[in-house]
Amino acid sequence: MPPSNRNSMSGSAAPAAMLAILIVIMVVATVYVFLANPFPSRPPAAITSVGLLVDHQYFLTLCVTGVVFILSQLGLAYAIWRFRDRGQTAHFTRGSNTLEMIWTTATIVLFLGLGLMGRKAWAEVRFTPPESNAVQVEVTTNQFVFNFRYPGPDGKFGKLDPAQVSSSTGNPLGLDSKDPDGKDDIVVPTLTVPVDRQVELLIRSQDVIHNFYVRELRLQQDAVPGMVIPIHFTANQTGRYEIVCTQLCGLGHYRMRSFLDVVSEPDYQNFLKQQAATQ
Amino acid sequence: MSSHAHTGHAVVVEPSGFIRKYIFSIDHKVIGIQYFLLALTAVCVGIVLSLLMRFHLVYPGAHLPFVSGGIMTPEQYMALVTMHGTIMVFFVLTTAPQGGFGNYFLPIQIGAPDMAFPRLNMLSFWVTFLAFVAILAAFVVPGGAPISGWTGYTPLSGMGEVTGPGEGMGQTLWIVSISLFCLASLLGALNFIATTIDLRAPGMTLFRMPLTVWGWFVTAILGLLAFGILLAGGVLLLLDRSAGTSFFLPAGLVVNDQLQPHSGGSPLLWQHLFWFFGHPEVYIAILPGMGVASHVLSTFARKPVYGYRAMAMAICAIGFLGFMVWGHHMFLSGMSPYSGFAFSVLTMSIGVPSAIKTFNWIGTLWGGKIQFKSPMLFALGFVSLFVSGGLSGLFLAQPAVDNMLHATYYVVAHFHLVMGVAAIFGIFAATYFWFPKMFGRMMSEPLAKIHFWVTFAGTYCIFMPMHFVGLAGGLRRYADATGTTYASALQPIHMFMTYAAFITAAAQLVFLFNFFWSLKHGAVAGKNPWNATTLEWITDSPPPIDNFGGHYPSVYRGPYEFSVPGYRQDFIPQNLTPEEAARLK
Amino acid sequence: MPGSTVADEIELIGTGKGGGGSSSGNDGNSGGGGDEWKGSSGSARVPQRAYVTGMTIALGGVLMFFMALVSAYIVRKDMPNSAWVPFNIPRILWLNTAILIASSFTLARSRSRFLANDDAGFRHWWGVTTILGIFFLIGQVIAWRQLAAAGVFLATNAASSFFYVFTAAHGLHLLGGVLALVYVAFRPTHRLTKGTATEVVSMYWHFMDGLWVFLFLLLLLGR
Repeated sequence: MPPSNRNSMSGSAAPAAMLAILIVIMVVATVYVFLANPFPSRPPAAITSVGLLVDHQYFLTLCVTGVVFILSQLGLAYAIWRFRDRGQTAHFTRGSNTLEMIWTTATIVLFLGLGLMGRKAWAEVRFTPPESNAVQVEVTTNQFVFNFRYPGPDGKFGKLDPAQVSSSTGNPLGLDSKDPDGKDDIVVPTLTVPVDRQVELLIRSQDVIHNFYVRELRLQQDAVPGMVIPIHFTANQTGRYEIVCTQLCGLGHYRMRSFLDVVSEPDYQNFLKQQAATQ
Repeated sequence: MSSHAHTGHAVVVEPSGFIRKYIFSIDHKVIGIQYFLLALTAVCVGIVLSLLMRFHLVYPGAHLPFVSGGIMTPEQYMALVTMHGTIMVFFVLTTAPQGGFGNYFLPIQIGAPDMAFPRLNMLSFWVTFLAFVAILAAFVVPGGAPISGWTGYTPLSGMGEVTGPGEGMGQTLWIVSISLFCLASLLGALNFIATTIDLRAPGMTLFRMPLTVWGWFVTAILGLLAFGILLAGGVLLLLDRSAGTSFFLPAGLVVNDQLQPHSGGSPLLWQHLFWFFGHPEVYIAILPGMGVASHVLSTFARKPVYGYRAMAMAICAIGFLGFMVWGHHMFLSGMSPYSGFAFSVLTMSIGVPSAIKTFNWIGTLWGGKIQFKSPMLFALGFVSLFVSGGLSGLFLAQPAVDNMLHATYYVVAHFHLVMGVAAIFGIFAATYFWFPKMFGRMMSEPLAKIHFWVTFAGTYCIFMPMHFVGLAGGLRRYADATGTTYASALQPIHMFMTYAAFITAAAQLVFLFNFFWSLKHGAVAGKNPWNATTLEWITDSPPPIDNFGGHYPSVYRGPYEFSVPGYRQDFIPQNLTPEEAARLK
Repeated sequence: MPGSTVADEIELIGTGKGGGGSSSGNDGNSGGGGDEWKGSSGSARVPQRAYVTGMTIALGGVLMFFMALVSAYIVRKDMPNSAWVPFNIPRILWLNTAILIASSFTLARSRSRFLANDDAGFRHWWGVTTILGIFFLIGQVIAWRQLAAAGVFLATNAASSFFYVFTAAHGLHLLGGVLALVYVAFRPTHRLTKGTATEVVSMYWHFMDGLWVFLFLLLLLGR
């Protein structure tokens, strides 16, 4: 006798119920964590207005995907339970072109709409050039440290010569000793910036690909050898924030980190003065 | 005996001798099993690597007797990460669904006696085997396995030992292994495509092919077009490392205060070449599973696949779009942000055919008569896991949001759910479904069910929390997260995931036992234990050497004629003539 | 078991009788002109057109490999601050290109002699093609030695790296073509008929010729 008619009626209730229940539990647990945040499951508050745009786009995506997630998982669970083998005959159909049209169109509109709505958050940083009075800091990465260079009182970055790189003698960036503009450059291991002023970071690497990331900025950028990549941000809150490297760069990747200190304008000027004095 | 038409002497000669039969066999069925066993070995290695990783993440200072030095170093952790990814993506996910089940069942499901080029098929397997030996060798050479991740970004992978341990011979072996794998896959793809185009039985039009065949066919096209790119990249990388060229290495590189003698290359070039291959690669990993899911869902719901044509075209759309989205791995790489936005729009588009498939899977179940045999359980699990994993992709597809998710555990959660779980469930569904046909015996249903429940719950327990680790800022490829203050707070979640991982891994032992025990002790299987409709179920279990014992079928209808009104039985095999089928009314 | 059930009947119907399909029933069949699994010529069980399909597909894969190299070349050449140092392409390359183009003509000639059942003519022009192919490869090696004598090696600069990679990759593929030409000339083929073998080798050879012309123009115009 074909197995499909034998004992499957009573046999299917248990697995159907278990599977449907497991799926429901998974959905409920996931939604619960998103809503109630019972353990660390969210980034810290953003400290830039662009960061808020990113958060907004994330939240919008979460709502859309959340609804799709809940409906499809619960729909699956429902179908599993409702259409378990109870001795019925399956309903023969090859499908419905109308339905295909409807859900294809709906999905296109939803997904593409979502993608297009995220343009602003991306464009504000990546398509928009920095303001002319932005504070410029050069970020140099190598295995496994960050170094930050300010142009100093003369406002000009000195030339760099890779052949002159020598971390052991205090010249990790390879400042060209022959270039006078570099004499007053400030090189420090942490990044200090003023609050409420745009900062432009010129990101570069000496050896392999690294990355500069601060969660609170909602901004990260790979540091690629052979390129200088500019990004900009305006922090609107003082504080100390962790900078991490997110691009695998070798065995010390996990310990490559620094700090971003956002300070008041007077504190920032003091910082520059103090550093200038010690160069 | 008549010498014409389809009856008559078998045209495939049974080989003699153990070597010709089981080692250097040109029979696609033997080759399929060889690929499957290779993947089985690889997945065991890959799981052990991942368990070591998960253990290290929660007990970084633990004393491990088999590790030289006693405590796992960061570079050893990175070697685990690299090798786990490489072995799983290539030797499991690209091997079992396509090389394993595709090889075994594509010819049979289209009514052919073998692949178009059986000797080439054998060559493909043995080159894959060589590639596997090469990658395993990386563990034992001086310096150990490479530490640059399965993505092998330059310059980290391009300058030799100077960038880190394992970057010498280990990295070279990695490149050699991958290159051999590319060659083998190109040959295999060639075979699959030619077979599907030219060897179909009379009456099997494209739109009467099972969706499993559509999956293998489009996957092969992806492979044909993508693996050549990776091979080119691998050749150039080998030259950079050993011949002094600078395809990927710019001027001015300083490692350990030493200026490197390269100039003019671009690290981004490697990324473009790698991801142009790498993105189609992940669709290569999932498309066969999608085909299997449709096939199994239909068979065990006793209903045709809902929207069969739409499903076939969705597979093609996913394949096509899969070539246009590689830049979404590179939003923050230094690539032009305008390109980034273009890639983003294309990536959101690829969500559309995937969503269509999900709706049609549910549509297939709707109004059905669902039987919860083990293949079906895994196919249902596949749908749930694919939804979960696919939706997180929508976040990553947007560059602005990627700013906060790139390189976090959110990405790891996403690709593990789709590749490391859903695709694996596709392999399990295929295994439970086709084991009776391949080996003439049934697997144990009770053991299969234990395997399913623990694995389904377990994999969700491992990978759902991982999203939250990523959202909170937990970073991937970190040997030790406890150094960052905010990341230490995530350790309890890591502990939970590690427990879940060990329990889920243990459940796989049930599968292994079931598989090997059933080979000898499973209940004898008939030709069609599932009352399915496609051509593999009309022949013996296991099939004879030429698949059909000389009686090659013709096809008269589509592949999913279940519960057709007016018939006494709820399935009509594809090969019944209209007269024969009429007798079922 | 009381009587046979529907399933038993289906088992019989589905498998026992001569596998359905009349010998002329080729609707929708892509198995090729009546030469499905008949084995009438003893071993030709795969339709000959499958070999042509196979070669077409193989060339698609080879094309992608070269296109990866070509796109890398184009991008690299146009990179800003790329320090692209062009060098003079050895003049012998013009001769080599002419030789290879000529070999395509001789190969086409050989095929038409084959189709006209002129075995002597076929063998003659097939041989000429083989020799021209060997000359091409020798010419490429001479070009390399000329470059080396001028101090231009693989790692000298980006332009030279690409030059050597292009010519080496193409040369290796062409060597495979030469070996195939020799093999087809001397060994009897089992699964492929001679007609199919000569056809697929021709496809490969013409493709390699066309590819070389493309690469050559690219290298010339890219200086």
